Amino acid sequence: MKVLAIDTTEEGCSAALSLDGEVSQRFEHAPRRHSELILPMMDELLAEAGLRPAQLDGLAFARGPGAFTGVRIASAVIQGVALAADLPVAPVSSLRALAQRARRELGAERVLAAFDARMNELYWAACEADEAGQMQLSGQEQVLPAHALPLPDGDDWVGVGSGWQAYSEELAARMPGVSIHPGAFWNHAWDVATLGASWLASGKGVAAEQALPVYLRDQVAWKKTAS
Amino acid sequence: MCVIGIETSCDETGVALYDGERGLLGHQLYSQVALHAGYGGVVPELASRDHVRKLVPLLRGLLEQVGLEHDAISGVAYTAGPGLAGALLVGAALGRSLAWAWDVPAIGVHHMEGHLLAPMLEPAPPAFPFVALLVSGGHTQLVEVAGIGRYRLLGQSVDDAAGEAFDKTAKMLGLGYPGGPVLAARAERGDPTRFRFPRPMTDRPGLDFSFSGLKTFALTTLQRESAGLGGAELEQLKDDIARAFEDAVVDTLAIKCRRALEASGVDTLVLAGGVSANRRLQARVDLMMAERGGRACYPRAEFCTDNGAMIAYAGWQRLHAGQHEGLSFDIRPRWPMESLPAV
Repeated sequence: MKVLAIDTTEEGCSAALSLDGEVSQRFEHAPRRHSELILPMMDELLAEAGLRPAQLDGLAFARGPGAFTGVRIASAVIQGVALAADLPVAPVSSLRALAQRARRELGAERVLAAFDARMNELYWAACEADEAGQMQLSGQEQVLPAHALPLPDGDDWVGVGSGWQAYSEELAARMPGVSIHPGAFWNHAWDVATLGASWLASGKGVAAEQALPVYLRDQVAWKKTAS
Repeated sequence: MCVIGIETSCDETGVALYDGERGLLGHQLYSQVALHAGYGGVVPELASRDHVRKLVPLLRGLLEQVGLEHDAISGVAYTAGPGLAGALLVGAALGRSLAWAWDVPAIGVHHMEGHLLAPMLEPAPPAFPFVALLVSGGHTQLVEVAGIGRYRLLGQSVDDAAGEAFDKTAKMLGLGYPGGPVLAARAERGDPTRFRFPRPMTDRPGLDFSFSGLKTFALTTLQRESAGLGGAELEQLKDDIARAFEDAVVDTLAIKCRRALEASGVDTLVLAGGVSANRRLQARVDLMMAERGGRACYPRAEFCTDNGAMIAYAGWQRLHAGQHEGLSFDIRPRWPMESLPAV
């Protein structure tokens, strides 16, 4: 299966091409440069493999949660390709993709993925590896302040993502048993490709118009009340 | 050459197909006006969220309407600015990736150039050179147009855009949001002789505009005259204020247009942008141009406001001339029109 995946969720920008599970990737830490970098990355990957978009089996993108603008860039770019080349799309949770990277690089089995959601909140998900080694959400993705986050059951949890940096003291005090990955740990499209390929293989790919962002934070404006 | 145009700079999602030989093949528009009405203005984040939901269905609808297969399309144009950054990014990202996957060239279009060229889609298009009045909720500019991409800014609003002044005054009169067109309708019932509002900045040389004072003038008039009034009398007062306000805006715009034509020595005036659909403004400049022995041109009403057709047309002009973008899709929320390359 040939899958092209992208991630522009936070400060990282990446594209990955998975050819029957063999993954090649472009990644840059590039805050606010997603619109400049993402298509050249996609173009390079396909050129190296000697493929045109229409020869792919499907597309995958990190559909959020994350920075609104970044998530929308990934969504709109994938919509354009899916519409043009008539390809199915796997919208992949960006938190799950981060957990999958922790599984791939750190060998973690149980991951608490957290992004800094600003406004004193975090995007948050607990993920556990299934028998196939893929991270699955246990419970729901949420946007919450640090003091309201659900405490994980059991031990061996690994904390990754910008949320653990932004709220390090609060989180360490609240969840002392969690092993926190130090330093920056951004999403990689590699893991979006891995999770997306499974989704597509199971026939659940969606059409271009359904390749939509998931923001979690849906209250972004307040109606004026008549005075 | 057949070019798809995508417009997402503010609160309208527009798409269109323009063909160099056959002209405009089709266009589709989705307006977010109802979405923003409850907030008293455009909420940028909500606008962006709506564009990303509506764009693909509109594009599919367009291709179905026109009955074209993908391979008939030879270029993609998207609005790259000026406008709301998040909203622009949706159209730019989708437009650029569409072009990449189709392997056709793409171009980022200047929204105001789109407006300025919109009258070219009409049966008797204006010939260069001309003077254009770009007048909308976001802009009030007088531009000398020598050709495509050859623009000289002659004057602009130093505060509110004319359309913005219409909307704010309407809001103040309790006519809702966006109330510009409602205000114009109420003005039709107003007595033109009851009040006379100032014509701002017409008592001195120059081609700049100022409309924020008119809104205040309308407010003080309302406060002064409405004491003890109710029912039909109060409504008549609002009609009369609406009329005085509209007459002042229309007159001011016409005076500055006349000065711009005199300074440029041309005899064609182009009106574009949402306010150019205003009937009194059209009648006023038609009369003025007839007296001068010249001609006024404006787009059909649906192309006065934001639309995909004007972006497809402007994009076609530039792509046809060999201009195109790389794979990066930069947006330019602030983008002086004078910096555009000539065609």
